[in-house]
Amino acid sequence: MPDVRDALIIGKRSDGTLVRRPLSPHLQVYKPQISTGTSIINRATGIAISVGLILMVWWLVAAAEGPKAFASAQGFIGSPIGLILMFGWTVALWYHFCNGIRHLAWDAGYGYEIKTSHQTALIVVVATAVLTVISWIIGLAVWL
Amino acid sequence: MAQNDKLAVDVRRTYLGRAKGLGAAGSGVHHWWAERVTSVALIPLTLWFVFSVIGMAGHTQPEIAHWISHPLVAVLLIALILASFHHTQLGLQVVLEDYVHEEGQRLIAILVMKGVVYFLGLLALLAVLKLAI
Repeated sequence: MPDVRDALIIGKRSDGTLVRRPLSPHLQVYKPQISTGTSIINRATGIAISVGLILMVWWLVAAAEGPKAFASAQGFIGSPIGLILMFGWTVALWYHFCNGIRHLAWDAGYGYEIKTSHQTALIVVVATAVLTVISWIIGLAVWL
Repeated sequence: MAQNDKLAVDVRRTYLGRAKGLGAAGSGVHHWWAERVTSVALIPLTLWFVFSVIGMAGHTQPEIAHWISHPLVAVLLIALILASFHHTQLGLQVVLEDYVHEEGQRLIAILVMKGVVYFLGLLALLAVLKLAI
Protein backbone atom coordinates (compact mmCIF):
# COMPACT_ATOMS: atom_id res chain seq x y z
CA MET A 1 0.00 0.00 0.00
CA PRO A 2 1.64 3.24 -1.12
CA ASP A 3 -0.18 5.41 1.40
CA VAL A 4 -1.53 4.49 4.83
CA ARG A 5 -4.61 6.59 4.15
CA ASP A 6 -5.53 4.04 1.49
CA ALA A 7 -6.48 1.72 4.36
CA LEU A 8 -9.52 3.90 4.96
CA ILE A 9 -10.81 3.66 1.40
CA ILE A 10 -10.33 -0.06 0.79
CA GLY A 11 -13.59 -1.95 1.29
CA LYS A 12 -14.81 -5.51 0.81
CA ARG A 13 -17.54 -6.62 -1.55
CA SER A 14 -20.05 -9.21 -0.29
CA ASP A 15 -18.12 -11.89 -2.23
CA GLY A 16 -14.98 -11.00 -0.30
CA THR A 17 -13.03 -9.28 -3.06
CA LEU A 18 -11.37 -6.01 -2.21
CA VAL A 19 -12.65 -2.79 -3.72
CA ARG A 20 -11.36 0.76 -3.61
CA ARG A 21 -14.19 2.93 -2.28
CA PRO A 22 -15.09 5.81 -4.60
CA LEU A 23 -13.76 9.25 -3.76
CA SER A 24 -15.71 12.44 -4.32
CA PRO A 25 -17.25 13.02 -6.84
CA HIS A 26 -18.88 9.61 -6.43
CA LEU A 27 -21.29 10.09 -9.31
CA GLN A 28 -20.83 6.48 -10.36
CA VAL A 29 -22.53 5.08 -7.25
CA TYR A 30 -25.19 7.70 -6.51
CA LYS A 31 -28.53 7.66 -8.27
CA PRO A 32 -29.27 11.18 -9.52
CA GLN A 33 -31.81 12.85 -7.26
CA ILE A 34 -33.23 16.34 -6.78
CA SER A 35 -30.64 16.97 -4.06
CA THR A 36 -27.87 15.83 -6.43
CA GLY A 37 -29.10 18.24 -9.07
CA THR A 38 -29.41 21.26 -6.77
CA SER A 39 -25.99 20.51 -5.30
CA ILE A 40 -24.25 20.20 -8.68
CA ILE A 41 -25.94 23.38 -9.91
CA ASN A 42 -24.85 25.14 -6.70
CA ARG A 43 -21.23 24.27 -7.43
CA ALA A 44 -21.50 25.08 -11.13
CA THR A 45 -23.09 28.47 -10.43
CA GLY A 46 -20.42 29.18 -7.82
CA ILE A 47 -17.73 28.61 -10.44
CA ALA A 48 -19.68 30.69 -12.98
CA ILE A 49 -20.00 33.61 -10.54
CA SER A 50 -16.25 33.40 -9.84
CA VAL A 51 -15.55 33.81 -13.55
CA GLY A 52 -18.13 36.60 -13.69
CA LEU A 53 -16.23 38.48 -10.98
CA ILE A 54 -13.62 39.24 -13.67
CA LEU A 55 -16.28 41.39 -15.34
CA MET A 56 -16.99 43.19 -12.06
CA VAL A 57 -13.28 43.87 -11.57
CA TRP A 58 -12.99 45.17 -15.14
CA TRP A 59 -16.03 47.43 -14.57
CA LEU A 60 -14.56 48.89 -11.35
CA VAL A 61 -11.02 49.27 -12.72
CA ALA A 62 -12.38 50.94 -15.87
CA ALA A 63 -14.39 53.35 -13.72
CA ALA A 64 -11.21 54.20 -11.80
CA GLU A 65 -9.26 54.61 -15.04
CA GLY A 66 -11.53 57.21 -16.62
CA PRO A 67 -14.45 57.88 -19.00
CA LYS A 68 -12.82 56.29 -22.06
CA ALA A 69 -11.96 52.98 -20.41
CA PHE A 70 -15.34 52.93 -18.71
CA ALA A 71 -17.17 53.50 -21.98
CA SER A 72 -15.44 50.49 -23.56
CA ALA A 73 -16.25 48.27 -20.54
CA GLN A 74 -19.84 49.53 -20.61
CA GLY A 75 -19.90 48.96 -24.38
CA PHE A 76 -18.87 45.34 -23.96
CA ILE A 77 -21.47 44.72 -21.26
CA GLY A 78 -24.12 46.28 -23.50
CA SER A 79 -23.09 44.19 -26.55
CA PRO A 80 -25.00 41.00 -27.45
CA ILE A 81 -22.23 38.79 -25.98
CA GLY A 82 -22.02 41.00 -22.91
CA LEU A 83 -25.77 40.85 -22.35
CA ILE A 84 -25.80 37.04 -22.71
CA LEU A 85 -22.94 36.84 -20.17
CA MET A 86 -24.76 39.23 -17.83
CA PHE A 87 -27.95 37.19 -18.14
CA GLY A 88 -26.07 33.97 -17.32
CA TRP A 89 -24.33 35.74 -14.46
CA THR A 90 -27.61 37.00 -12.92
CA VAL A 91 -29.19 33.53 -13.17
CA ALA A 92 -26.10 31.93 -11.59
CA LEU A 93 -25.85 34.61 -8.90
CA TRP A 94 -29.50 34.41 -7.85
CA TYR A 95 -29.45 30.61 -7.84
CA HIS A 96 -26.31 30.47 -5.70
CA PHE A 97 -27.78 33.23 -3.49
CA CYS A 98 -31.08 31.37 -2.90
CA ASN A 99 -29.55 27.91 -2.59
CA GLY A 100 -26.89 29.38 -0.29
CA ILE A 101 -29.64 30.48 2.08
CA ARG A 102 -31.04 26.92 1.82
CA HIS A 103 -27.60 25.61 2.79
CA LEU A 104 -27.43 28.01 5.76
CA ALA A 105 -30.80 26.68 6.95
CA TRP A 106 -29.39 23.13 6.75
CA ASP A 107 -26.31 24.27 8.67
CA ALA A 108 -28.62 25.62 11.37
CA GLY A 109 -30.31 22.20 11.51
CA TYR A 110 -33.51 22.89 9.54
CA GLY A 111 -35.04 21.37 6.42
CA TYR A 112 -33.50 17.88 6.36
CA GLU A 113 -36.80 16.05 5.70
CA ILE A 114 -36.79 14.73 2.12
CA LYS A 115 -40.18 16.32 1.48
CA THR A 116 -39.01 19.66 2.93
CA SER A 117 -35.79 19.60 0.92
CA HIS A 118 -37.76 18.96 -2.27
CA GLN A 119 -40.04 21.90 -1.42
CA THR A 120 -37.10 24.20 -0.70
CA ALA A 121 -35.46 23.07 -3.97
CA LEU A 122 -38.59 24.18 -5.82
CA ILE A 123 -38.65 27.47 -3.88
CA VAL A 124 -35.01 28.07 -4.87
CA VAL A 125 -35.75 27.50 -8.57
CA VAL A 126 -38.85 29.73 -8.53
CA ALA A 127 -37.09 32.46 -6.50
CA THR A 128 -34.15 32.37 -8.93
CA ALA A 129 -36.52 32.90 -11.86
CA VAL A 130 -38.42 35.69 -10.07
CA LEU A 131 -35.26 37.55 -8.98
CA THR A 132 -33.74 37.21 -12.47
CA VAL A 133 -36.86 38.56 -14.15
CA ILE A 134 -37.16 41.45 -11.65
CA SER A 135 -33.46 42.30 -12.13
CA TRP A 136 -33.83 42.45 -15.91
CA ILE A 137 -37.09 44.40 -15.87
CA ILE A 138 -35.47 47.07 -13.67
CA GLY A 139 -32.19 46.97 -15.59
CA LEU A 140 -33.77 47.28 -19.03
CA ALA A 141 -36.21 49.95 -17.82
CA VAL A 142 -33.28 52.07 -16.57
CA TRP A 143 -31.04 51.32 -19.55
CA LEU A 144 -33.49 51.82 -22.46
CA MET B 1 -26.99 12.28 28.20
CA ALA B 2 -25.98 13.08 24.64
CA GLN B 3 -22.76 14.61 25.92
CA ASN B 4 -21.62 11.23 27.29
CA ASP B 5 -22.52 9.40 24.06
CA LYS B 6 -20.32 11.80 22.15
CA LEU B 7 -17.43 11.20 24.53
CA ALA B 8 -17.73 7.46 23.96
CA VAL B 9 -17.63 7.90 20.17
CA ASP B 10 -14.62 10.19 20.30
CA VAL B 11 -12.62 8.05 22.70
CA ARG B 12 -10.04 7.08 20.06
CA ARG B 13 -8.83 10.67 19.92
CA THR B 14 -6.46 11.98 22.56
CA TYR B 15 -7.82 14.49 25.04
CA LEU B 16 -5.28 17.03 23.81
CA GLY B 17 -6.46 16.47 20.25
CA ARG B 18 -10.06 16.92 21.37
CA ALA B 19 -9.22 20.08 23.28
CA LYS B 20 -7.36 21.56 20.31
CA GLY B 21 -10.24 20.65 18.01
CA LEU B 22 -8.14 20.84 14.86
CA GLY B 23 -9.15 17.48 13.35
CA ALA B 24 -7.53 15.66 10.46
CA ALA B 25 -7.28 18.78 8.28
CA GLY B 26 -5.18 20.51 10.93
CA SER B 27 -7.24 23.69 10.77
CA GLY B 28 -10.41 22.64 12.57
CA VAL B 29 -13.64 24.09 11.26
CA HIS B 30 -12.04 27.38 10.22
CA HIS B 31 -12.53 26.95 6.46
CA TRP B 32 -16.13 25.81 6.84
CA TRP B 33 -16.94 28.57 9.31
CA ALA B 34 -15.32 31.33 7.22
CA GLU B 35 -17.37 30.18 4.22
CA ARG B 36 -20.56 30.49 6.32
CA VAL B 37 -19.67 33.88 7.81
CA THR B 38 -18.85 35.36 4.39
CA SER B 39 -22.04 33.89 2.90
CA VAL B 40 -24.19 35.52 5.59
CA ALA B 41 -22.43 38.86 5.01
CA LEU B 42 -22.97 38.47 1.27
CA ILE B 43 -26.78 38.17 1.59
CA PRO B 44 -27.42 41.90 2.25
CA LEU B 45 -24.30 43.04 0.35
CA THR B 46 -25.28 41.17 -2.83
CA LEU B 47 -28.85 42.47 -2.74
CA TRP B 48 -27.57 46.03 -2.26
CA PHE B 49 -24.87 45.79 -4.95
CA VAL B 50 -26.87 44.06 -7.68
CA PHE B 51 -29.91 46.31 -7.37
CA SER B 52 -27.73 49.45 -7.09
CA VAL B 53 -25.79 48.57 -10.23
CA ILE B 54 -28.90 47.52 -12.13
CA GLY B 55 -30.44 50.86 -11.17
CA MET B 56 -27.49 52.58 -12.85
CA ALA B 57 -27.49 50.56 -16.07
CA GLY B 58 -26.06 52.65 -18.91
CA HIS B 59 -24.81 55.43 -16.64
CA THR B 60 -21.58 57.24 -17.56
CA GLN B 61 -18.23 57.15 -15.76
CA PRO B 62 -18.67 60.52 -13.94
CA GLU B 63 -22.00 59.30 -12.54
CA ILE B 64 -20.49 56.00 -11.35
CA ALA B 65 -17.43 57.80 -9.96
CA HIS B 66 -19.70 60.19 -8.09
CA TRP B 67 -21.68 57.25 -6.65
CA ILE B 68 -18.52 55.49 -5.43
CA SER B 69 -17.14 58.75 -3.98
CA HIS B 70 -19.81 58.58 -1.28
CA PRO B 71 -18.09 57.07 1.83
CA LEU B 72 -20.99 54.74 2.68
CA VAL B 73 -21.04 53.34 -0.87
CA ALA B 74 -17.26 52.93 -0.90
CA VAL B 75 -17.24 51.09 2.43
CA LEU B 76 -20.09 48.80 1.35
CA LEU B 77 -18.21 48.08 -1.89
CA ILE B 78 -15.03 47.29 0.06
CA ALA B 79 -17.01 44.97 2.36
CA LEU B 80 -18.56 43.30 -0.69
CA ILE B 81 -15.15 42.84 -2.33
CA LEU B 82 -13.56 41.39 0.84
CA ALA B 83 -16.45 39.01 1.52
CA SER B 84 -17.01 37.90 -2.08
CA PHE B 85 -13.37 37.28 -3.00
CA HIS B 86 -12.71 35.51 0.30
CA HIS B 87 -15.81 33.35 -0.24
CA THR B 88 -14.76 32.70 -3.85
CA GLN B 89 -11.30 31.36 -2.99
CA LEU B 90 -12.74 29.21 -0.17
CA GLY B 91 -15.32 27.72 -2.54
CA LEU B 92 -12.94 27.15 -5.44
CA GLN B 93 -10.47 25.52 -3.02
CA VAL B 94 -13.06 22.83 -2.22
CA VAL B 95 -13.72 22.30 -5.93
CA LEU B 96 -9.99 21.79 -6.60
CA GLU B 97 -9.62 19.54 -3.53
CA ASP B 98 -12.41 17.35 -4.91
CA TYR B 99 -11.23 17.06 -8.50
CA VAL B 100 -7.43 17.36 -8.51
CA HIS B 101 -6.33 14.05 -7.03
CA GLU B 102 -2.54 14.23 -7.27
CA GLU B 103 -1.22 15.99 -4.17
CA GLY B 104 1.45 18.16 -5.82
CA GLN B 105 -0.84 19.24 -8.64
CA ARG B 106 -3.58 19.96 -6.12
CA LEU B 107 -1.31 22.18 -4.04
CA ILE B 108 -0.15 24.10 -7.12
CA ALA B 109 -3.69 24.44 -8.47
CA ILE B 110 -4.97 25.81 -5.16
CA LEU B 111 -2.09 28.26 -4.75
CA VAL B 112 -2.43 29.55 -8.33
CA MET B 113 -6.20 29.91 -7.91
CA LYS B 114 -5.80 31.81 -4.63
CA GLY B 115 -3.18 34.07 -6.17
CA VAL B 116 -5.45 34.93 -9.10
CA VAL B 117 -8.54 35.49 -6.92
CA TYR B 118 -6.68 37.69 -4.42
CA PHE B 119 -5.03 39.61 -7.27
CA LEU B 120 -8.43 40.38 -8.81
CA GLY B 121 -9.80 41.29 -5.39
CA LEU B 122 -6.93 43.71 -4.80
CA LEU B 123 -7.51 45.29 -8.22
CA ALA B 124 -11.19 45.84 -7.40
CA LEU B 125 -10.28 47.18 -3.97
CA LEU B 126 -7.76 49.68 -5.34
CA ALA B 127 -10.23 50.84 -8.00
CA VAL B 128 -12.81 51.60 -5.32
CA LEU B 129 -10.24 53.34 -3.07
CA LYS B 130 -9.00 55.46 -5.97
CA LEU B 131 -12.52 56.68 -6.72
CA ALA B 132 -13.43 57.08 -3.06
CA ILE B 133 -10.45 59.09 -1.90
